[in-house]
Amino acid sequence: MGLFSTNPVAALGRATLEGIAAIGRVGLFAARGISAALSPPWYPRQILAQFASVGFLSLPVVGLTAWFTGAALALNIYSGGDRFNAETVLPQIVALGITRELGPVLAALMLAGRVASAMASEIGAMRATEQVDAMVTLSTDPRRYLIAPRLIAATLSLPLLTLITDIIGVAGGMQVSNYLIDLSPSIYITNTMDFLTAWDVESGLIKSAVFGFIIGLMGCFHGDNAKGGARGVGRATTSAMVSAAVLILASDYLLTSVFALK
Amino acid sequence: MTQTPMTTNAKIAWMGITKRFGAQVVLDGLDLAVAPGRSLALLGRSGQGKSVTLKLALGLMKPDAGQVLLDGVDVTRQSEAERRASFRGIGMLFQGGALFDSLPVWENVAFRLINADGIGRREARERAVEALALVKLAPDVADRYPSELSGGMQKRAGLARAIVGTPSLLFFDEPTTGLDPITAGAINELIRDRVTSLGCTAVSITHDMASARTIADELAMLDNGRIVWRGRADELDDADHPLVRAFVTGKSME
Repeated sequence: MGLFSTNPVAALGRATLEGIAAIGRVGLFAARGISAALSPPWYPRQILAQFASVGFLSLPVVGLTAWFTGAALALNIYSGGDRFNAETVLPQIVALGITRELGPVLAALMLAGRVASAMASEIGAMRATEQVDAMVTLSTDPRRYLIAPRLIAATLSLPLLTLITDIIGVAGGMQVSNYLIDLSPSIYITNTMDFLTAWDVESGLIKSAVFGFIIGLMGCFHGDNAKGGARGVGRATTSAMVSAAVLILASDYLLTSVFALK
Repeated sequence: MTQTPMTTNAKIAWMGITKRFGAQVVLDGLDLAVAPGRSLALLGRSGQGKSVTLKLALGLMKPDAGQVLLDGVDVTRQSEAERRASFRGIGMLFQGGALFDSLPVWENVAFRLINADGIGRREARERAVEALALVKLAPDVADRYPSELSGGMQKRAGLARAIVGTPSLLFFDEPTTGLDPITAGAINELIRDRVTSLGCTAVSITHDMASARTIADELAMLDNGRIVWRGRADELDDADHPLVRAFVTGKSME
């Protein structure tokens, strides 16, 4: 008997219970991680190392993603928008699309692939080789030494990366506009700045902080629960990346719904 | 011969410990006590719960029933913070070394000093290099990473990490597994030397009879979740328990 039980009602019930139990485990893990992140002792060297790993080392991939996205968005608006003379508002649409939606979401998805998977594999390998147990015997709480620095770094790094994504994304759109419709960079920037409100940027940054926490949480949770040696670590890595991506997209919809009503 | 010292004066004691994994009963009312300053080797066939016994003492698992008394205090009922404080005087050498591969050797050895005891990095490094010298590792090893060390050197570094805080209780999980006889002999001598010098209590898990004879004053045989024989190291050859005989002779019980 398992998920593929011959009784569909029983299978549905079992799957529902397992889903609720999984939500409970993640919730408990998150609560303990937040508690460890907000109370001493902190390990500043670990936090700084995670900032470097999550934030600084992600700059190239996030920057490239931002430029290509801004440029592609500008191309789409130009080619699709000329049907109703919308190319004149190209800078505004690029800015809105990047700051409110594409900047935070794409930066988060790139980090889900790069960071959540790395966290899961590192912590999973430490579990498999008894390094986490060793830490406990050395009177050090793995939640404070391993989990809290990753949650802090992911939650605070992603808004900074998103801010950079916003700037580079707008720059990508600007370069394409300059080439396609001969719109000068100064006019492009003026149009963008006149149009954008602080909330356009702020809402994206709030989203990205939530996405950053999700990335850290999924990376640490799946790594900490990795079982079964190398295969288990591989499975944890995949699960961390996939679950982070799905949760980012789901929470993006929820947050956008809340912000849209504001 | 089965004898259990009085648990009231024991450094560490497992009292009536039961541990199950699903339907499988691994420890079935285990009673075992080790007096202060004594070194005990826990013997047993694979899968008999030797590692589980250590993990229960280290708070890495919880028993289904029973108590683990460390200096008379039941660690199974302590909060995580209380247990971490209790474990300040415990050193553990893991089977695979369990060195942190992201840290250089000296930071591995000094991990507790820096992160739990709040000692400055400069002083912690000096003490780590001293501890490395005690296990016959040269100072230049301090800046290397665990992946750059041989298996024997990793065991030595793990031993240095275990003894650096001058512990009163040491645990060794298969200290010579995977090592050649010469390196294993050197590790055994180091363990014996450190345990004697520190005057601490030691509990070792091993399948290696040569190792057990060298590092332990007493031996205990774990089978079917209980201690079925216990005696001094010099009584081993005269033991009449069939499982102990099989371990000594290296022959099957059938």
